[in-house]
Amino acid sequence: MTSKAPTVIIPTGFGINCEAETAEAFRRAGGNVQPLHLNDLVQQPGLLARAQILALAGGFSFGDHLGAGRVLANRLRARLAEPLSRFVADGGLVIGICNGFQTMVRLGLLPGGLSSNKLLAKPSASLVDNAHGRFYDGWVTLMVDPNSPCVYTRGMERLEVPVRHGEGRLIVAEQAEQHVVNKHLIPLRYADPETGKATQRFPQNPNGSFQAAAGLCDTTGRLLGLMPHPEAFLYRENHPLWRRSGETDEGAGLRIFINAVEVARRG
Amino acid sequence: MIHRFEIALKDTLDDPRGDATQHQARNFLALGLEKVRTRHVIKFDADLDDAALVALRAALTDPVVEVSALGQLPLPDCDWVITVGFRPGVTDNVGRTAAVFLCDLLKRTPSSWATPPHAFTETLYLIWGAADEAEVRRLASELLANPLIQHIEVQSSADYRAAHVDLSVPRPGDQRRPEAPEIVLPHEDAALLALSRERTLALTLPEMKAIQAQLEQPEVRAQRERVGLPAGPTDLELEVLAQTWSEHCKHKIFNATIHYRDEDGGERTIRSLFHTAITSSTKRLAKKLDWLVSVFHDNAGIVAANKDWNLVFKVETHNSPSALDPYGGSITGIVGVNRDPLGTGIGAELLTNTWGYCFGSPFYQGDIPEGLHHPRRIRDGVHRGVIDGGNQSGIPYSRGFEVFDDRFIGKPLVFCGTVGVLPKTIKGRPTEDKEVRPGDVVVMVGGRIGKDGIHGATFSSEALQKESPSQAVQIGDPITQRMMAEFLIEARDAGLYRTITDNGAGGLSSSVGEMAERAGGAELELEQAPLKYAGLMPWEIIVSEAQERMTLAVPQEDLEALLDLATRREVEATAIGRFTNDGFFRLRYAGQVVGELPLSFLHGGCPLMELDARWEPPQLTVDDEVNARLASTNTSSFLLDMIASLELCSKELTCRQYDHEVKGLSVVKPLTGMRGDVPADATVMRVRHGENWGVVLADAIAPRLSDIDPGLMTRWVFDLAVRRIVAAGGTLGRIAGLDNFCWPDPVQSASTPDGEQKLAGLVRSCDALAEMVEALEVPLISGKDSMKNDSLRGGVKISIPPTLLISTMGWMDDVSQAMDLTPCPGDELIMIGETCGALGGSSALALLHERDGQGWMAPAPRTSGASSRATCKVVETILATGLAHACHAPHAGGLALAALTLSLAANTGVEIDLDALPAADGLGWRRKLFAESSGRFLLSIETEAVDQVVALAAQAGVPAARIGMMTSEQYVVLRAESECVAQVAVSALKERYEEPFRDL
Repeated sequence: MTSKAPTVIIPTGFGINCEAETAEAFRRAGGNVQPLHLNDLVQQPGLLARAQILALAGGFSFGDHLGAGRVLANRLRARLAEPLSRFVADGGLVIGICNGFQTMVRLGLLPGGLSSNKLLAKPSASLVDNAHGRFYDGWVTLMVDPNSPCVYTRGMERLEVPVRHGEGRLIVAEQAEQHVVNKHLIPLRYADPETGKATQRFPQNPNGSFQAAAGLCDTTGRLLGLMPHPEAFLYRENHPLWRRSGETDEGAGLRIFINAVEVARRG
Repeated sequence: MIHRFEIALKDTLDDPRGDATQHQARNFLALGLEKVRTRHVIKFDADLDDAALVALRAALTDPVVEVSALGQLPLPDCDWVITVGFRPGVTDNVGRTAAVFLCDLLKRTPSSWATPPHAFTETLYLIWGAADEAEVRRLASELLANPLIQHIEVQSSADYRAAHVDLSVPRPGDQRRPEAPEIVLPHEDAALLALSRERTLALTLPEMKAIQAQLEQPEVRAQRERVGLPAGPTDLELEVLAQTWSEHCKHKIFNATIHYRDEDGGERTIRSLFHTAITSSTKRLAKKLDWLVSVFHDNAGIVAANKDWNLVFKVETHNSPSALDPYGGSITGIVGVNRDPLGTGIGAELLTNTWGYCFGSPFYQGDIPEGLHHPRRIRDGVHRGVIDGGNQSGIPYSRGFEVFDDRFIGKPLVFCGTVGVLPKTIKGRPTEDKEVRPGDVVVMVGGRIGKDGIHGATFSSEALQKESPSQAVQIGDPITQRMMAEFLIEARDAGLYRTITDNGAGGLSSSVGEMAERAGGAELELEQAPLKYAGLMPWEIIVSEAQERMTLAVPQEDLEALLDLATRREVEATAIGRFTNDGFFRLRYAGQVVGELPLSFLHGGCPLMELDARWEPPQLTVDDEVNARLASTNTSSFLLDMIASLELCSKELTCRQYDHEVKGLSVVKPLTGMRGDVPADATVMRVRHGENWGVVLADAIAPRLSDIDPGLMTRWVFDLAVRRIVAAGGTLGRIAGLDNFCWPDPVQSASTPDGEQKLAGLVRSCDALAEMVEALEVPLISGKDSMKNDSLRGGVKISIPPTLLISTMGWMDDVSQAMDLTPCPGDELIMIGETCGALGGSSALALLHERDGQGWMAPAPRTSGASSRATCKVVETILATGLAHACHAPHAGGLALAALTLSLAANTGVEIDLDALPAADGLGWRRKLFAESSGRFLLSIETEAVDQVVALAAQAGVPAARIGMMTSEQYVVLRAESECVAQVAVSALKERYEEPFRDL
């Protein structure tokens, strides 16, 4: 175990817009954070090799034109495929939140595992328009699958976080469904806050995802994509009922980032 | 060569967009359709080989959920096909991104092609089950597309199959030779006015004559001859003057000399309402408050929130464009107001947005004048536009409201606001600095110039008429702007420019014309300006309001570094001229002077207006009649009708489409309460990560009160906007205000026979505003007026009621002290402040009006700035003790709505004893319940704290009493004269609260 703070790269620009809170989350978790314009990363791809965590932050990259994450994924494939593949193959951690998740799915990174070359794999899942057809901003309750290999959700049972998206309904290609379910690649599910059971009911489940999935990981557990925004719950006062509930001083969303930094630190 | 791709969701998957279309067709147009499916079409105009086309199709298609074809996909057994595309020159954001996508995919730059690739998008709607073509056409033009900006093709499925694959694209532009011909000004008045009208100049006769007189001066003639300009103005010069002198930019009514006479014959003359009412009160306050950094002379007001940070706030309206194209107009409204803080000082970062709309009822059943859209369609488009604009920009929405009154059918009001944050200094330089030096380079940054938005400034200075120009509509592009904004902040922090302003109304003419005043002159080389397409005349280049553009003054030595950074960020930046100090605004095209205007004439030559105002108070109904009518209602069902009124019912589903949490700084969200379905009095957010200070935002609006007296309306609105900040934990002395006046045309004329009365209302409003500003010590830091909110379409004149939006911004050191609306069962309810019985303009009378079909005009509540101040001070003291669980500022609906709101917020019952309410002597309980008296707060506190809170109020001489409690029962119970006078189940309340907008 090394005590050195892991380096976190957060690409910015082109309508990515959650970089500030994602950076703050990793900073609080103990990461050495480098927000970096995507074009600067393309110019200096070597930076990726020296990082341990790549965070694809939320936002509306390229306006979600042509479908959420599609244009960003296309650019990453065209200009950063090689260094990105190597980063993943070398055990780098990648977390994609909201638009970042959509981008990872389009890159074939998630759920992954059907092809040896993850990055150039054909996508086997997709995130499409919410079942009710609208953008929705609200808080949801997530239940963690304790059997999931996901390293980000270790030690967690339940999490309350906001969702804010219009295209978050996970569809998994038929040939990948078994793989996703059997390998527990759905680490987080939308749940009824009363019963703690996964639900398809709006608005507890804002989009009607496959298996009520709020996120998806790969078999190594080091790649995670999720629609909800843990980086928007860094302060007690972010919670809608903060004046009534006994939340701790920190926002509970921070835990995901602390786990990531811990895992990266151990190598 | 055109390559057409068609992409569709697989048949096995639901198509939410198609389903929504089917649903809306039924609800909005009463069209029963069996099914609707949608498809996307992208047409690339590019030289591509077969391999590239194969790769492109694969990249454009999600294999999990989509199918696609190069050419056409097979058509299923539908009955009709509607194709919707853009008209030439209309912004196609997705098309622009598709061209970027193509370049990325092929790893090429646009310039590596002989002709850079372009892409155009269309949407196909496949319809099952419509009866005939007329129905389908109606669906297309009333729901799916706006013929003003979009091209619609309706085909039966047989015709669609039989036709060739459609490879047409809306390629704009032409090969006209750019020139700036002389416009000979005729000598007859009628001909001068006709010229102004034909060119949409919106210049009045005295203004046209002032231009004529200027050009006839011998030294002007000589100077023009020297530079090769004709004697008459060039078309460009006339357009620049019209834009600079437009009501929109020059605020001529607010600067006019007004002769005012009140109902008693008292007369006075006001020289500029702007100076006497708006700025003077704030200037007096500036001597007491040490945080006013820059007010009234930049794009937005600047205040110092603490020793390190300034806050910037601006609210704008975008009414006329939203009337013509609700989506494009409103997205331009929000993205446009973002550029105000971005162009304030040396450029502020954007923190949060606000929205607020006044519409006709979306359920309006009457006829809509030709050329206007149904209010339901306007509402739908405006929401979508502002949602997309803010959400895609990554700026959270803090506040929003909707007001409904059928007088807004002629022109909706679309308010959008933005708060920005500025470090107090950057590299030792104060950030409010606005210096421009002669020799600095004029650099235009961001989007390119097209014909979009030409005449926006002059057009919005007129009533909506049938022939209002379609180019006045733009479609904002949040992504281009976001990229530009990030680039600008990076360049600002690196010190690569001296100052900045935005290109909004009037385009370059306005931005460079204004900056030129600071330097002493400017000259532009218009052929350098980057264009979206060829064929723009020089005058079109200078007045185009094409969006997402800012203008910089850049020191010559920084130019190269600035342009280099722009290239690396894929943001277009172009040097187009230079600031000078010779006193002229000079425009050249390819070396030839096409316009030269002395700055003194451009900015000081517009003749002042002189107007008459005469106030006649309206006839009011006798109190007894109102009492009798109220007494005849069943209070319990009246309460339920009230909560189900359009104005007061839940808008949760709409509000939740606005992202209010991006940035992760939210503290009190727009929706509060245990279920998150009640609007917060004010919203609170952190400003910087890791710091605990925050900004508090509120607003208030009440157009109905203007029917009685715009002066009383103004006092009421101002008090409420301030009280809301206090209710959330803000404090007087740290609150700034913004005024947005939206008035019907107040200039007496043949088409406005009641102009003097409307202008008198404006005078009364301004007087009241100045008094409230001083009484509450809430200075105005920025404002805007929109004075022509009338429609003459279809031969019907519809004027809005005089409307004033007051937006307030406070700041607090520690957001953990903020208040929201989560009262606990068992809490005691304390009313602070006195209830007076005036019901004029109240929600209760509006409801009776709706039931009876006749107006109930009664005296309106009078607001005392002094007592409002005293009440606010007491509440600040109480909240600082931490004794309150919740604090609410009663508003429309009075105590009745306040009680219902607390019940909804707590999701439990409330009991109120109206006998205990501190009120004027002899007031009946119904008046106590429904009066909308200002200066009141309703607190929810623990039982043990009651005595202490009441004592604190008594010490300050402010009326206060315990009037009830939050219960664990599931009923709202009202008692008066020792009896239960109303009882409503919480479940029924919730049901009716959510009912009106459930299906919209």
